[in-house]
Amino acid sequence: MLTENTMEKLQILAESAKYDVSCSSSGTVRGGRKDMVGNTVGGIGICHSFADDGRCISLLKVMLTNYCMYDCAYCINRRSNDIRRATLSVSELEEITMEFYRRNYIEGLFLSSGVVRSPDYTMERLAAIARDLRTKHRFNGYIHLKSIPGASRELLSEAGKYADRMSVNIEIPREESLKLLAPEKNHQSVFQPMQFIQQGVLENKEDRKRMRHVPRFVPAGQSTQMIVGATNETDLDILGMSAALYGRPTMRRVYYSGYVSVNTYDPRLPVLKQPPLVRENRLYQADWLMRFYHFRVDEIVDEQHSNLDLDVDPKLSWALRHPEEFPVDINHDDYERILRVPGIGVKSALMIVSSRRFSRITSYHLKKMGVVMKKAKYFITCHELTDSYANPVVGINELHPERLKPLLVSKAQQKKAAAELQLKINFK
Amino acid sequence: MLVYIFDRTLDGLLCAVFDAFSLRQQPEALVGRGEPLPLFCDETHWVETAEDRAQRVWRGLEKRLGKDALRMLAVSYLSELSELDLPLFNYICKIFRRPEGSRCVELNFADPDVLAVRNICRKVLHEQLRMKQFIRFQKAKDGTYLAVVSPDHDVLPLVTDHFRDRFGDQPWLIYDAKRQYGFHYDQQNLTRIQFPEGERLPFDLKSGQMDEQILSENDKTFQELWRTYFKAVCIQERMNPRKQLNDMPRRYWKYMTEKQ
Repeated sequence: MLTENTMEKLQILAESAKYDVSCSSSGTVRGGRKDMVGNTVGGIGICHSFADDGRCISLLKVMLTNYCMYDCAYCINRRSNDIRRATLSVSELEEITMEFYRRNYIEGLFLSSGVVRSPDYTMERLAAIARDLRTKHRFNGYIHLKSIPGASRELLSEAGKYADRMSVNIEIPREESLKLLAPEKNHQSVFQPMQFIQQGVLENKEDRKRMRHVPRFVPAGQSTQMIVGATNETDLDILGMSAALYGRPTMRRVYYSGYVSVNTYDPRLPVLKQPPLVRENRLYQADWLMRFYHFRVDEIVDEQHSNLDLDVDPKLSWALRHPEEFPVDINHDDYERILRVPGIGVKSALMIVSSRRFSRITSYHLKKMGVVMKKAKYFITCHELTDSYANPVVGINELHPERLKPLLVSKAQQKKAAAELQLKINFK
Repeated sequence: MLVYIFDRTLDGLLCAVFDAFSLRQQPEALVGRGEPLPLFCDETHWVETAEDRAQRVWRGLEKRLGKDALRMLAVSYLSELSELDLPLFNYICKIFRRPEGSRCVELNFADPDVLAVRNICRKVLHEQLRMKQFIRFQKAKDGTYLAVVSPDHDVLPLVTDHFRDRFGDQPWLIYDAKRQYGFHYDQQNLTRIQFPEGERLPFDLKSGQMDEQILSENDKTFQELWRTYFKAVCIQERMNPRKQLNDMPRRYWKYMTEKQ
């Protein structure tokens, strides 16, 4: 039932939930069912809208309540913050979800909650809502549930029966920093639920091999999130953690959230004028390299380069550090090597290997296929860009990486970098 | 220069292929009926559209092409772009000219015709995805959900399956304001509908708004709730209107609840 202050509550709770980045509806394909409403499409999911900050709105991302008994320094909903608090009633939340879904506003629900009374009490309420939506409202769309750190195994496996994806946020990759900022939490309380869910999924897989009609358990796997820029972790720490997580069987996505200074009064946190958006972007690019480009984490960052280069993307930065791998011959080298050329993505690499069986590929073809030749031309040889004496190619090995890099950094970026080195004097 | 004049339907195009083979010709341009002829045109051929001939060509394609490639052909045609005609025509001719046993042409993206057809097909599929994303329903008093759209390409036939699967238990109507037709689903069957010329529609084609009298009582509340949510979920410190415009171009905004 909606009341007159539902609008206000929704506003408060959406504002509390928005710092959680995850909003995807991917990872599971489930067709519509006869007596239910909704389906899930899989693939990359469907984004139904894009907010003014450019982030996609796919799920109704909302908290059940923003009262919380924890006091984590980086969180807007910490106990000691003086913000407006609200709690949605179960029927309100369910009605909003169903009505939004039927109007094609959303793909489903992403429900999270502040911890009230105890982790188990909170988790139980989240699980109950997921169960209600599935059984009472016959909702067949996407449900993403937050697993509360410290919740018991029984409750998590109950919730997992109804949810498509479950997530628990690591937030800070190094435990000592986490302890500093969130004294009530530790890594154990985060990894425990992850472990439970993973075991549940694996057991469910075994069961489904024997009996086909066993309902699926958390079919879209798990995701997690790390905050970037709130502590002094290097990108090596962050990406090392992601790589370890992707090594686990059910981890599908790791999100990186540039720290937004929400609690400026806390001396443990840096005061940032702007969230570290470029660094966040580079981390996502590195993440993509690990997931779709067959890169290992130690190729992207290592002890000498423990932070990603902010001027150029990680793939280009890897290429500049490894001139010995180039030039790549577009017409003969295998897919893996073509994929490593800056400016060539997965789609164009697939097109190249399928087309070169018919005729030799020239740079004209590459351009038409959508390869970024501005970057790629220094790293490849193809039909007419041979390294013969008559027609020398000017590539990375001829130019040397240190002279090539400035050519590939955009003018605007160069200007910005120069401006940052300059001291600013304010004549007021 | 040889020019073929056809009626700009898929059947017409297939008949043009038929004629090109039976007359042993290779047209250098295709134009629709009534369109101005290109410069230096010295010979024209009027393509008669006949269903049996089109069928024959299509069956030939079915024999020679895989499922995906056939779908690419059909989907690309929904783009309604005139620059598609010649590449598609050439592509189909190439499929038939291919000697027995040689590799399938449809994977050769170095061929300009194949690449053009594929790129247009991708455009249509992108538009189709955008319909799935940005269609917004309003609920009428009788329980029917209505959405008005005006896509660049004629993509409604591609999205009806999705909405039928998703909202199988609610009657809905999706109406294409640009092409003046829509699909209505009554929980059982899907029908293509067209309102008679000059009849007053129960909704506004410019804004997609349903008339007040037939709008269900609490629909306005949910629209308002959705707008509130849309505003609340944005992080002020990360404003990025360019990204928003990239992913959600302004031409879709007029029918979207949160942007009205």
